[in-house]
Amino acid sequence: MRYVLRKLGFYAVAAWMAVTVNFFLPRLIPGDPVQLMMARMSQSGPVEPGQEEALAAMLGLSHGNLLTQYGDYLSSVVHLDFGLSVTYFPSPVTDVLHDALPWTLVLVGAATLISFVLGLTLGTLAGWRRGSWLDSLVPSTTFLAAVPYFWLALLLLYLFGQVWGVLPLGGGYDETLDIGLNGDFLSSALEHAVLPAATIVLSSVGGWMLGMRNMMVSTLAEDYVTAAEAKGLRPRTVMVGYAARNAVLPSVAGFAISLGFIVSGSLVMEIVFSYPGMGFTLLQAVENTDYPLMQAVFLVITFAVLAANFLVDLVYGFVDPRTRQAR
Amino acid sequence: MTATLPTATPAAPERAAGLGLLRLALRSRRLALGLGVLAVFALTAVIGPWLAGDPDAVSVDLGQAPSGAHWLGTTQTGQDVFAQLVVSARGTLVIGAAAAVIATVVSVVIGIGGGFLGGVADETLSLISNVFLVIPGLPLVIVVAAYVKGDGVLSTVLVIALTSWAASARVLRAQTLSLRGRDYVLAARVYGEKRWRIVLVEILPNELAIIVSQFIHAVIFAVLTQAGLAFLGLADPAYLTWGTMLYFAQNAEALTGGAWWWFVPPGLCIALLGAALSLVSFGLDEVLDPRLRTRRPRKGAR
Repeated sequence: MRYVLRKLGFYAVAAWMAVTVNFFLPRLIPGDPVQLMMARMSQSGPVEPGQEEALAAMLGLSHGNLLTQYGDYLSSVVHLDFGLSVTYFPSPVTDVLHDALPWTLVLVGAATLISFVLGLTLGTLAGWRRGSWLDSLVPSTTFLAAVPYFWLALLLLYLFGQVWGVLPLGGGYDETLDIGLNGDFLSSALEHAVLPAATIVLSSVGGWMLGMRNMMVSTLAEDYVTAAEAKGLRPRTVMVGYAARNAVLPSVAGFAISLGFIVSGSLVMEIVFSYPGMGFTLLQAVENTDYPLMQAVFLVITFAVLAANFLVDLVYGFVDPRTRQAR
Repeated sequence: MTATLPTATPAAPERAAGLGLLRLALRSRRLALGLGVLAVFALTAVIGPWLAGDPDAVSVDLGQAPSGAHWLGTTQTGQDVFAQLVVSARGTLVIGAAAAVIATVVSVVIGIGGGFLGGVADETLSLISNVFLVIPGLPLVIVVAAYVKGDGVLSTVLVIALTSWAASARVLRAQTLSLRGRDYVLAARVYGEKRWRIVLVEILPNELAIIVSQFIHAVIFAVLTQAGLAFLGLADPAYLTWGTMLYFAQNAEALTGGAWWWFVPPGLCIALLGAALSLVSFGLDEVLDPRLRTRRPRKGAR
């Protein structure tokens, strides 16, 4: 329980720091972003009264001193009041996010899980059979890990979409269909998700595999593995129950670093596929200098990553009892 | 090393050890391969721009496939892709190395500083690095780059460095904590050596291997991040890198136009550079940690 509370405290601090960084960022913008946004919005249509104050509060640029600005900003973040999007005027930013978030969440979540499980399995086997053909594949994963996500996406898109024409060229689903829980929509969404998911898995599986392989090699030298072998246990039991179980810990502990990296890569990748998720929304915001949307996208992505890491830390505490006892 | 060569007998064992280390380094195929590829890229970055000609020069050969005249074809406006690729090597490597140097310096100061000082300073620094570690870097970099837009190479380098020091700071802190309690450090303290001297002379040299490996990974990260930023149009497009090439290729719809020779080579170069750097890093690990070596029967092994 103390472990959970300590972790919760850490992620609360991390979230607070992210929110605060986000508060100071708009000050980097040259000129008056509030006036700029208001002018752009009034070009697109009538702006309701009160929008200017809401926008200023959201960007941390309301009237008053720094402290009241910070207070106004925090209150609008807590109330999820991100104002109106300039790009998708007059939709509120929250609606835009509400449409985009599930796409990224499902795609990146599922692909990361596949890649994690696949990488750990391959890494276990490669470490167990050192010098086998699987092990000799390990150096080539360094090449895959160094491939930019978006370039791999371009390549896959070119081959499967353009040259062979077996998979769709972009988007998240066939736009003639209605979004809903029906077979047509789901199969179309799945078809559109194959290449983006393959991009994530191909780029990230090598890292998991390599880390697991090296930890397996270290773990196999431990006395308890030798003891288990001497007892005459089945090799499978030794590999999975004794070696892999202990070797997997650093991979779980290091999940935070990898997840941030995968999410970052996926954001740019989404743009290549015009996948209607957070990355694509972020690019739209950047291209249209849509400050409210940019701020909100950054916060939502950060919070999602923090939440995922918190979950993994909980799992880690469960898998490795030592972390629960420590201090 | 060369200065000690003439002094005959006493230096001999040391020389043999040095040669043995070199032989060991070359025996690691990964290290040799990585260093080889890296040398080619470095050479290209240094002398390439003088040999390749003007990468922006347009010609009448618009969007042509690779041929004898244009080894990697031409762009939509008739620029030679190979010339661009060669010139971009310098830009990419400069940004990658510069951002990695800054990130490494920051991580050394924060990681070793915190680990050595201990107490509140350590708690604070380690909290900051852990927070920077869990906050995804690229969205932050994108937002910052979008806000300060048009500010050239330096801001790109700083923004990348700002988001990439945390992981290595954490590793260095852990190592410093373990070194701090070793006997020779305690002995140095008892002697009354100054703190900065203990850090620079007793601790830093013992973490050099880690710092080098962290630096290598920082270069990979910086090159990838820069490529992503440039691809999104958030880097100075006048400063040619492999990322900017991909940005122009994407904008000219090289993909739907089937101009694979335009967008395949830059990404391939990034991946090759990254792979070479990883190989060097793993090769060094292998040389330093024999357990990681692949069991390969060797003739004449002792």
